[in-house]
Amino acid sequence: MSLESSVRLLEVKGLQKFFPIRKGFLKREVGQVRAVDDVNFHVQRGETLSLVGESGCGKTTTARCILRALTPTAGQILFRGNTGTVVDVARLSKAQLRPLRRQMQMIFQDPFSSLNPRRTLFDIVAEPLVANRIGTRQDRVERVAELLRMVGLRPEYIRRYPHAFSGGQRQRIGIARALALNPSLIVADEPVSALDVSVQAQILNLMLALQKQLGLTYLFVAHDLSVVKHVSDRVAVMYVGRIVEMTETQRLFGTPKHPYTEALLSAVPKPDPRLRAQRIVLEGDVADAANPPTGCYFHPRCRYAQDVCRRETPRLEEIAPGHFVSCHRARELTLRGVAG
Amino acid sequence: MDGNPPPILSVRELKTYFFPDEGTVRAVDGASFDLYARKTLGIVGESGCGKSVTARSILRIVERPGRIVGGSILLRRGSGNDRPTDLDLTQLDPEGPEMRQIRGGDIGLVFQEPMTSFSPVHTIGNQIVETIRMHQRVTEQQARERGVEMLHLVGIPNPERRLDEFAFQLSGGLRQRAMIAMALSCGPRILIADEPTTALDVTTQAQILDLLRHLQEREGMTIILITHNLGVVAEMCDEVVVMYLGRVVEQGPVDAIFHAPKHPYTQALLRSIPSIHATVRTELPTIAGSIPHPYNRPAGCPFYPRCQDFMPGTCDRNEPSLRPVGDGQDVSCFLYHPA
Repeated sequence: MSLESSVRLLEVKGLQKFFPIRKGFLKREVGQVRAVDDVNFHVQRGETLSLVGESGCGKTTTARCILRALTPTAGQILFRGNTGTVVDVARLSKAQLRPLRRQMQMIFQDPFSSLNPRRTLFDIVAEPLVANRIGTRQDRVERVAELLRMVGLRPEYIRRYPHAFSGGQRQRIGIARALALNPSLIVADEPVSALDVSVQAQILNLMLALQKQLGLTYLFVAHDLSVVKHVSDRVAVMYVGRIVEMTETQRLFGTPKHPYTEALLSAVPKPDPRLRAQRIVLEGDVADAANPPTGCYFHPRCRYAQDVCRRETPRLEEIAPGHFVSCHRARELTLRGVAG
Repeated sequence: MDGNPPPILSVRELKTYFFPDEGTVRAVDGASFDLYARKTLGIVGESGCGKSVTARSILRIVERPGRIVGGSILLRRGSGNDRPTDLDLTQLDPEGPEMRQIRGGDIGLVFQEPMTSFSPVHTIGNQIVETIRMHQRVTEQQARERGVEMLHLVGIPNPERRLDEFAFQLSGGLRQRAMIAMALSCGPRILIADEPTTALDVTTQAQILDLLRHLQEREGMTIILITHNLGVVAEMCDEVVVMYLGRVVEQGPVDAIFHAPKHPYTQALLRSIPSIHATVRTELPTIAGSIPHPYNRPAGCPFYPRCQDFMPGTCDRNEPSLRPVGDGQDVSCFLYHPA
C-alpha cells in the first residue's frame, strides 16, 4: 500500500445521533431513539468501507450525519480536505460547510425519485456546477458530456428528461451528478437495491471502474451482503446504532467473530439449491433503539449469550490487527463464515 | 399415491394484456406451466417479466385496463373418491360466487407489501374473521378462535392480544406472518406468495421462509413463490419457471435451472448476480442493455437484443416456443430447436 492510500480521508469518533420521542399536545419529550450511539471508524483514501445492517441499525443516519444532512448529537467527523487540513464536519456552520460539500457527494437509493422529472439531463448533471458558479455555459456543456461518457451514457441524451431512461440509466445519471465537482468522498446509500438483478452488476462494475480511474473513496451503505462483498475493502456491521464488528471484507465473510455477523451471513439465501444448509434463524425482532435491552443489545437473540452478556455492555475491541469486535465471547467462539 | 399425479393447476398459453390509451402492453404473452401438489413452484424474473400479473390472472384480480385475452387456467378440484373436475378459471366471472370461493378458499395470496395489504382502519382480527366468515358457515366466536389458532400457527406471540391490534402496530416480520395467517385461514390448498420477503430484512426473511417451509410440511400446501431473488428460489423451490417480458423462457427442476441452465437469459442472469461466495472486489459479468420498455417489445424472441448467442435472421424474426430439452426441463430458444 502506498503512503498516499494510507491517509485517513475520514475519521468518525464517538458519533451519536439521538432523535427525541415527543408525545401529547405539548409535544413533551418522553424519550430518545438512540439511532447512532458511539460509532467509531475511519475510511482511508481510495478504499471502500461498507456499513451493513438491517433496517433501523443506524447505517443511513450515520451516512447522513457525515454529509451533515443531519447534525450529530455528539462526536467528531474529521474530514481531510483537498488542502490537506483536517476539519470537524460535525462542528461547522452552514457557510463553512459549503466548500466541503463539493468534496463529499451522495448517490441515492431510488433513481426514480432522486431526479427531478421536469429538468433535462443537462440541468440535472450541471446543477452542482451552476450552484457553485463553476465555468461558463459552454464549459458546463463540455463537462456534462464528459461526465456522461464516464458513466456510460451517450452525450447526445443531454436534452432528454429522466422519464426516458431505465432504472439503471437513471442511476448512472445520479452518479454523473455526484462526480460533477470532482469529489474525493462518495457516500452511496443503497445504490443498487432498487435495480433489477441484471442491471445491478452493471452499476457495481461502473462504481469499481470509476473508483480506480478517479481514485475515489466510497462509504457504501447497504443491506445486501452479496453486494457488499463485491465492492468493499472493509466492512462494518451495525446493530441497533452500534458497530458490532469491523474488519477486512475477506476476513469478515470467512471468519466472522460476532454472532450477529454469523447469523446475517447464514441468513443470506445462497443461489445454489445444493447448498440448502441448516440456516441460523434468529428468534424475535431487532431490538428497539428507543428501549434497548440491558447489556449487549444482541443478547436476547444470541445463541451464545451468557450471564455477562445480559449484564454488561461489550466494548468494540481490536481482537486481531484491524479486526474489531464488540462481543464478550469474541475470543473464545469459533463461528461459521461463508466459503469463497 | 400413484407414480405421476396430475398437476393441481395448469396454466396454458395464458395471455394477459393491458390496454391503456397509449397502446397495448402484453404483460403475460403465452405463459404455460404446471403446478404439482405439495411442491413449491418458483416464478422468477425481473421487473416487467409478468410474474405478478400471472399470479393476479390466476386469482382473477387483474386490474383494468388489463384483462385475460387468451389461454386457460385449469384448477383441479375434488379428491379422494370424487372424480376430479377441471375448472377453467378464465371462464369464470371474476366477481362471481365461484371465483370468490376459490380466492381464499382454494387459493390463498400473500402480497409483497404487508403494510398496504391490510386495511389500516380495521384490526388484524376483524380482517381475518371477515375472511373466514366469507368462506365458512361459522359464528363470529368460532371464526375468532380460528383466527387465534392461525396467528399461533404462524408463530405470532400473544395471538389473543395481537388479534385486536392494527397492522401498523406490528413489525414488518410480524405483519407478514399475519398476512400469511390470513391467507391460510380458510385452509387453501394453494398459496401464492408474491415477493413475500422482498420488503423484509435478511434475518426476518429467513424466519418467513422457514415458516413457509414448516407450513408446507405440516399442512401439505402447494406454493407458488414469485420472486426476483434467485437465492430465495434456490432455497425454497422444487420447480422453477423463468420469465422474461411476459414469456416463459425456461422451466425445470431447481437443480437443472441452477446447474444446467439452457436459455442464454437464465445463464446470464445466474452469472450476473452478486454472490456471497464470490472473490472480493471482482468485476461481475453483466447482461448488456436493459429490459425494454413494454411498448417497445422486440419482435421475435424478446431477449434477442441482449443475447450473446443472437442469430440474425432467426431470433429477430421468429418466436421460439417452449420445448423439452431434458428431464422435465423445457426451454424456449432456437439454439436448441432450430426454427
